[in-house]
Formats: sequence, C-alpha cells, structure tokens
Amino acid sequence: MQSTTVSLRRVPQGRLALWLLIAGELIIFGSAIVVYLLLRLRYPEWGAEAAKTHLSLGAFNTLVLLVSSYFAAKAHEASLKKLKGKVLRYLSLTVLCGLIFLGVKSYEYTEKISHGYTFTSPKLVEAGQGAAALFWSFYYFLTGLHALHVLVGLIAIGFIMYYVKNNKHFHRVELVALYWHMVDLIWIFLFPLLYIMQ
Amino acid sequence: MATHTQSFWTKYIFSQDHKVIGAQYLIVGLIMAAVAGFFAYVFRYHLAYPDAEIPLWGTLDPRTYNMLVTTHGALMIFWVAMPILVAAIGNFLIPTMLGTDDMAFPFLNMLSFWVFFLSAVVVVTSLFVPGGGFDGGWTLYPPLSADAYLNTNPDFWKALFSGGSLVILALALEFASMLMGGINFMVTTINKRARGMSFSRMPILVWFMNFSVVTFMFSVGPVIAGALMLLLDRVAGTGFYDAYRGGDPILFQHLFWFFGHPEVYVLLFPTLGVMGEIIPTFARKPLFGYKFIIGASIVAIILSMVVWAHHQFVAGINPYMAVFFSVGTILISIPFAGIILSYVATIFGGNIRLELPMWWAVGFLATFLIGGLTGLYLGSNTFDIYAHDTSFVVAHFHYTLFPITFFGFFAAFYYWFPKYAGRMYNDFLGKLHFWGTFIFFQLFALPIFFLGLNGQPRRMADYTAFETLMQDWHIQFREIATISAILLILTQFIWLYNFIVSLWKGKRVSSDNPWQANTLEWQAPSPPPHGNFEVYPEVYRDPYTFGVVQVNGTKRDFIPQNEKLPS
Repeated sequence: MQSTTVSLRRVPQGRLALWLLIAGELIIFGSAIVVYLLLRLRYPEWGAEAAKTHLSLGAFNTLVLLVSSYFAAKAHEASLKKLKGKVLRYLSLTVLCGLIFLGVKSYEYTEKISHGYTFTSPKLVEAGQGAAALFWSFYYFLTGLHALHVLVGLIAIGFIMYYVKNNKHFHRVELVALYWHMVDLIWIFLFPLLYIMQ
Repeated sequence: MATHTQSFWTKYIFSQDHKVIGAQYLIVGLIMAAVAGFFAYVFRYHLAYPDAEIPLWGTLDPRTYNMLVTTHGALMIFWVAMPILVAAIGNFLIPTMLGTDDMAFPFLNMLSFWVFFLSAVVVVTSLFVPGGGFDGGWTLYPPLSADAYLNTNPDFWKALFSGGSLVILALALEFASMLMGGINFMVTTINKRARGMSFSRMPILVWFMNFSVVTFMFSVGPVIAGALMLLLDRVAGTGFYDAYRGGDPILFQHLFWFFGHPEVYVLLFPTLGVMGEIIPTFARKPLFGYKFIIGASIVAIILSMVVWAHHQFVAGINPYMAVFFSVGTILISIPFAGIILSYVATIFGGNIRLELPMWWAVGFLATFLIGGLTGLYLGSNTFDIYAHDTSFVVAHFHYTLFPITFFGFFAAFYYWFPKYAGRMYNDFLGKLHFWGTFIFFQLFALPIFFLGLNGQPRRMADYTAFETLMQDWHIQFREIATISAILLILTQFIWLYNFIVSLWKGKRVSSDNPWQANTLEWQAPSPPPHGNFEVYPEVYRDPYTFGVVQVNGTKRDFIPQNEKLPS
C-alpha cells in the first residue's frame, strides 16, 4: 500500500485498530455480564446452581489462560527482536494452552449436559425451577461466547505463525497478543461470576 | 501516485478505493430505500382506503400490513440511513477532506461493504422464507419476536430460517460491518490527516463522522448481546426473555433502547456535519462556535447513553426513574439546540448565496426543528403516557429521521455532486425536487400529529371498527397524508432522472472548486482519481476562512486550507 507516505503523525495503525476492537468487544461482554449480574441479584437461588459448577477445573482453566497470556507476552517480546524461532515456540505454547482450555471446557460441558444441566435444562423447567434453568442458559451463553473468542484467537495465532514462518509481519504478533490478553481478561471476570459466586 | 491498471472487477466490484466503496454503499442504500418506500406506499394507501385494491399490489391483510410496517422501519433505519449517512458520506469525504489517498485499511473497508451487502441480502431473503417476513415491529420486542416460547426444544433449522431469526442475523452482520467501518474511520482520522491538519483544523464533518461511529461503538454492545440472546430464545429454546422461566421480556427493551436512542444521534451527527460544511460556504461566514459545537456534541453523546428508558414509560417503570429519564431527555435538547442555533448564527449576517445545497440546509433546519421540539413533549413522561403508541410518535420520528436521512443526504448530494461526478446537476430540476420534497413531506407528516393527539394508535391496519377514529376529518387527514406520501415518493423520480442524466450528460464543471469552499476535497481534481490528489496538500489554517480578508492589499472572499500565504 502506498498509503503510509502521506501523513505526519503516525500511531502504529494495527495497534490503534485493535484497541478500538477491544473496546467494542468489552462493551458487548460487559453488557452481557451486567445483565447476568442484575438477574443474579434478583435470584439468590442461582448461588446453589453456581455451586454445581466444577470449581477446581474452572480454576485450572484460569491458570492455563494466565500462563498462555504469559507465553503470548514472551512471543511479543521476541517478535520485537525478530527472533523467528522464539516467536514460533512461544506462540505454539500459547496455542497449546488454548487447546487445553477448550479441552477442559468441553469436558465440563459434557459432564454438565450428562447431568441434565443443558442450555435449556428442560428437567429443571419441568420441576418448576425455571430460574435455575436460566442460570444454565447464562452459563452456556457467557462461556460459549468466550470459548468462541478463544477459537477465533487460535485461528488468528495460526495465521500469524504462518506469516512469521515466512519472515513476514512480525509486528502482528503484538496485535494477536493484545487480543489474547483480552480473551484472558474476559475469563478473569467470568470465572468468579459463574464459578465462585455461590 | 501509483497508477496501476485495474480490471473491471478490482476497479468497480471488489474495489478498495474509498470512493467506489462509498458509491457501492450508496447504491445498496438507495435500492433498499426504494423497497422501503414502496412498502410505505402500500400500507399508507391501505390506511387511507381500507377497502380498496392497492394499485401494483392488490389486497392487503393485517398480517402482511404488520410485516410491511416492520420491514419499512428496519430497512429505513439500518439499511438506508446507516449506509447512506454514515458509510457512504463518510467514505466519500473523510479521506478527501483529510487530504489523504484512502482509508487507513482499504481491505477492511472493502470487507465491511461486502459484509453489509450480505446483511442486505439476508434481510431481503427474510421476507420470502416459509411463514413470511417478520411482523412484530422493527424494535423486535419479545414476546412477539421470541415466538419459540415455552418450547425448550425448537426445530433448530426451521427456527433459524424464519423471518424473525433472519432479521436478527442480518442486523448482526450489519452491526459487524458498521463496527469495522467505524474502526476504519477513527484510525484514518487519527493517523492519516494531511501535514498541518491538527484536530482543531479538521472540517466539522470529520469530527461529526467520528462522533457518529464512537456513539455507535459505545452503544451497540448491549443490543448485540441482547440480540444473540433473542436468537437463542428462538432457535435453541432458552428462556432469557421468558417470564415463566425467570427471564424478563422488559430486559430486551432496555438492551435495545440503550442502543436505540444513541442510534438516532449516530444518524444525526453525519447530517449535522454536512450542514456544518454547507452553511458556512453559502453564508460566506466562518462557522459560528466550532469548538462549542464539538463540546456540545460530546455532552450530547454522554447524555444519550442515559436516557433510553424514555421509550419505556408505559412498560411498568418506577415513577422516580421515569422522572430521571424525563429530565435527562429534556436536558439533551440543550446541546442540540446549541448546535442548531450555532448554524443559525452562522447564517445570520452572512453574505448568503442561495444555491441548491443551501436550500436543503435551510429546509433541514426548519423541518428538523419540528421533530426536535415534539421530542421535548414526548420526553416528558406525563405527556408520553398519553401519546405513547399513537400516531403522534410516528409523526415525531418521521419529522426527525426524514430530514436527517433525506434532507441530509440530498444536501450532501447536491453539494458534492460536482466534485465526485465532475459534472453539474440540472439546477431547475433540483429546485423542483427540493420544493416537492419539502412541501409534500410537511403535508404528509403534519396531519399525523393531529390524528395521534386525537387518539389514533399506531401499528394498526384498519381503523374502520373504531367509530371515534372514523369522523370525517380523520378520514380526510389520512387521505391528505397518503396522497402527500405518494407525491413525495414520486418527486424522488425527478431526482433520479436528474442524477442519471447529469452523471452522463451534465455540464462539465469548469472549476475544481465551484462553490469556492476551503476544505481539501475541493483542491483535488473533479472527479478525484484513485489516490485523490496529484500533490498531497499541506494545511495552514482552519477550514472556515470566509468573508472579506485582506491579503497583500487584495481583497479575498475565501482562502483554502492548503494555500500558503506569503508572510
């Protein structure tokens, strides 16, 4: 693109755009979380439902995401020096952590679904516990939306690894790391709200 | 300038040139406007002559009536006003006004158009799926919109390919497209201004475009989350809005209007920007209160985020909260009154050139005034409880959104047509178009105020069963509104003819700067080539240096932003 030849002041364009994207994403997640909190205040019985989540697996997943963010940060650090091997190694570790996260999440989902706590939880509705069923709708909605973002992040990291492998676009490592930190941050909010707040 | 050869496909279809993308948004927006306008004709005809066969349509049953009204609203807001005002005008003007070659991310720009195009295809498809188009009102309120109620196991695919779900999907795509476009606008503004163009030297339109996309970005999150939940209610059988299962139908109203109210300003800001360029140019006077206008807009954006519940005064709101929202709503008129009065103050004492764009600007101010002032009535909860869901509301938002969308667009169209087409429009046809639009719009919308105040409810296909709504003057007012609406639509064909003929056969403009304006787009060739400028301009002053200025002993009426004066 010839586009960079014109203007005087330049913030790195990708970084600027990504911060704006993160702002938009946080508002979407933020409003979903606010809705959850308002209904949580209305239904104290959600505490009993939250107690049924797998706290230790959730905590393990939190740890996994935090570690993955550390790897993403290390990959960014290496990308500034254009250390191709190091960048690829750290990004692979990030991907590995992301995959572990999704694996554990799928295990949790399977376990919950086998106990009858599904997206709609028809058993709870039939038992007259509609509000409890709503908790599980929110559980799957919030964690599912988050897992979707993890998945998108993994695909994006895949693209970046391909670029870096061909010695291109080292600066984009920073962008994907920023996005990954956002995904991490959102989970930091979701974990206490859905698992700990019993 | 990079002059590389482009095939037809890369030049006109999958183009990354901001002007071509702007034109693409414009064309899709205009096609959708034609569809939505035709729907308006059909249901207005039915309202005036409930028993008659409608020419070009046939008979109309109440369900189809509801579908047409719903689709008219959704299309006009999201697929006409949004692409034309925000995307098309923004794409045409932001890079040229900033004196640069293109958007910051040309590929992303192309992508946002094609996502938008896909959303338009989906919304049109939603009209033809089994079960018919969505007919629950453009605001998508549950329970009407979440018809999978008490059904924890709906048929996923059947529920997905129903009118309502497709409208929600189309909205999601449209929002994604506008978010991408908005990020592009903001990065372009921050990063790609010409040398010397500080923020305080930016044309007011660029400011307003950024206010528009910022407002959109900060308000759209809740409705995206809310729409996802609504979609899940429909296709997966969740109970987010099902009161029986602990959900809350009013919740959707909150999420929707948290976005819905700022959305009006998302649309208003570009039009205010267009007026802020046209009025100083034709009044030959610097824009009055440039910094005040920017400050007032920021105040308005902040206030617009905390007034949404004035749409819900009858939805069972705590009366103390209603007072809060009433006061907030009425407060918000102060910054906007300030902006409008700044424009009036710009005209005052100016050396006015009554060219066609100026007619549209003045017509906008006059018409929008009525829309704004009736908004004060509706913002007060005591009055709103009386007028809620009556035609008064319909007249009010047509008096705001019609001038915003169409007066704003046509003002911009006539003002920048010589630049981007390189040819002049026919002035006589343009004036005919202006007066037709102006007069027929007033005749269409004014009677509806009176019908509404007299108790005529909105969203009702047939009033014949209500004796109190069938007095002679009611029937006559409905007929006046309908005939004027039809004439209003027909008037637009004058514009279409003028547009197409002028585009091919119009008189070539002799100057690149026919209006003697100061902003940078007038320094580019007409029409601007790929890359816009032959020499990238450097900026030395603010864009509103109008009026008699002494330069080296000669009197000047205007000094373009990029003209370097000998010191």
